[in-house]
Amino acid sequence: MTLLKLVLRNTFRQRLRTVLTLIGMAVAILAFCLLRTVVEAWYGGVQASAPDRLITRNSVSLIFPLPLSYRTRILQMSGVKQVVYANWFGGVYIDEHNFFPRMAIGPSDYFEVYPEFVLTPEEKSNFWRRRNACVAGRKIAEKYHWKIGDTITMRGNIYPGDWSFVLVGIYHGAEKTTDESQFLFRWDYLDETLRKTSPSRAGRVELYIVKLDDPTNAGAISKAIDVLFESSLAKTLTETEKAFQLGFVAMTEAIVIAIRIVSFVVIGVILMILANTMAMAARERTSEYAVLKTMGFGNLFLTCLIAGESVCISMLGGVVGMALSFPSASVFSKKMGSFLPIFHLSYSTLLLSAGICFLIGLLAAVFPAWRASRVEVAEALGHVG
Amino acid sequence: MNLSSTSSSKRQPVVCIRDVHKYYRRGAQVVEVLLGINLDIPDGAFAALMGPSGSGKTTLLNLIAGIDRPDRGELLIGGVDITKLSQVELTRWRARNVGFIFQFYNLLPVLTALENVELPLTLTKLSRRERREHAMLALELVGLTERVHHYPGELSGGQQQRVAIARAIVVDPILIVADEPTGDLDKGSAEDVLNLMQRLNREFYKTIIMVTHDPKAAERAEHVHHLDKGVLSDGEDQERGTRI
Repeated sequence: MTLLKLVLRNTFRQRLRTVLTLIGMAVAILAFCLLRTVVEAWYGGVQASAPDRLITRNSVSLIFPLPLSYRTRILQMSGVKQVVYANWFGGVYIDEHNFFPRMAIGPSDYFEVYPEFVLTPEEKSNFWRRRNACVAGRKIAEKYHWKIGDTITMRGNIYPGDWSFVLVGIYHGAEKTTDESQFLFRWDYLDETLRKTSPSRAGRVELYIVKLDDPTNAGAISKAIDVLFESSLAKTLTETEKAFQLGFVAMTEAIVIAIRIVSFVVIGVILMILANTMAMAARERTSEYAVLKTMGFGNLFLTCLIAGESVCISMLGGVVGMALSFPSASVFSKKMGSFLPIFHLSYSTLLLSAGICFLIGLLAAVFPAWRASRVEVAEALGHVG
Repeated sequence: MNLSSTSSSKRQPVVCIRDVHKYYRRGAQVVEVLLGINLDIPDGAFAALMGPSGSGKTTLLNLIAGIDRPDRGELLIGGVDITKLSQVELTRWRARNVGFIFQFYNLLPVLTALENVELPLTLTKLSRRERREHAMLALELVGLTERVHHYPGELSGGQQQRVAIARAIVVDPILIVADEPTGDLDKGSAEDVLNLMQRLNREFYKTIIMVTHDPKAAERAEHVHHLDKGVLSDGEDQERGTRI
């Protein structure tokens, strides 16, 4: 006779109640996993950022561009390895619902600064050979069924007109955290067109991406770049890629906080449900606890019996919830598309969920175990559960 | 388990109760349940406690069994003054020295008959195999070897009470206490249970104290003690030679 045997048999004694609590627990953990993954996805860009990359932009706002000439001056600075640039294109593909990041990039060493965008040498050379070439991330290529050689047409909004691109490559991410939903085309194609249609907007870039020799110099070089352009017409603001991404997240921090709160409210609710289940079970078994005490079993045994059952229910429900979170995350990821491009259940989320399940199990047992320990044997033996 | 334990000290008192008082508080009111009880029960005796409802017989049984404490007086069971034991010591003492038989059997419904009987033995140092052997022996004694793997819900009332008796004797206690053991049984099953208890007393010299309302059940006892309003009365008890 072991404690474990009693725990397991007690767990499934009231099958309907146990199953309903298990389902509740599973749904709560599923919701917790998904909400945590949403928050992590929100920080996806931050996680994917490299420590040796700086972002330089106009100090007033992102929408104000910087002269192309800044690149040469930044490149001359000590500790700077490479400088590439990008413009946010915006645009509409078929209709407004088809959102994914579209960037004009340059010059030809761009993919050296972003080694996580993996392309074949042939794809890279085709990209830089053909003026209106574009590459797309694996996710959007699959979503829109694009194949190499396809012509993709966008309607410009920031840069008006119809823009045609030829797909020459589909990149995949080197890391799990790499965004595979970007659409990249050549900056000089954009610039060339602007020179014809809107010359005052030509020769300008929105972001400089500065690759450093040594990431430990990031602070000093950021400051040096901004000092360099302090007296210029377009002053700069330079920060690490991580800080730049965090700046975007900060704009929507209230949403992230709300999601975090909701995820813990869900846990709180299920704690109450499990505590209620355990309190009911313990109340029904008052006379059994009295009999066990009569036979010489102590309060520790009763506590282990109740806590064991509670942890058993919470862990079983948690495991089911975590198992369901994988297909759910996959469906969710497909539905969210490019809005949350990096949507993966992380080990930390699963570990946290398992820990929470265990903790909920223990907490839910506290009150019933306390009551069981206070059972007066003589009184409880007259109790009919 | 040594069910055929000694009878050499059969006439020595195993239960000595001296001036025991018990009160209950109901709000501001103090209800006196037992008023200065003095009683000796010899080793190997089969004693019955009788009395009307509320007379204090179950309270007295609970005190003897160590599941309740008196407000005053001495309770020597097997030479140990259990009023001086701490709660933990008392729990351990009960595990070793007292077997319980309840009116409603109080078996754990999630355990089989064998597992229920084996349960008290998990507090001993016996190996798993030894525990099984002891439990089987106890079940054999109560005539339930065919039902060892049945759950309480699959057994009749009489069979459940026999399992409860097996559970009570499996640790070979010095004292078996039974609270209305036939109160929930039909006539036939009650007879079987009483026969079994009588056999435990006569063949294995087990000291049994039984609370009962049923005069026919009390007839099986060697000594009958009457309680009324918290006081032991004379009469039949003295006729049967028990000091009150």
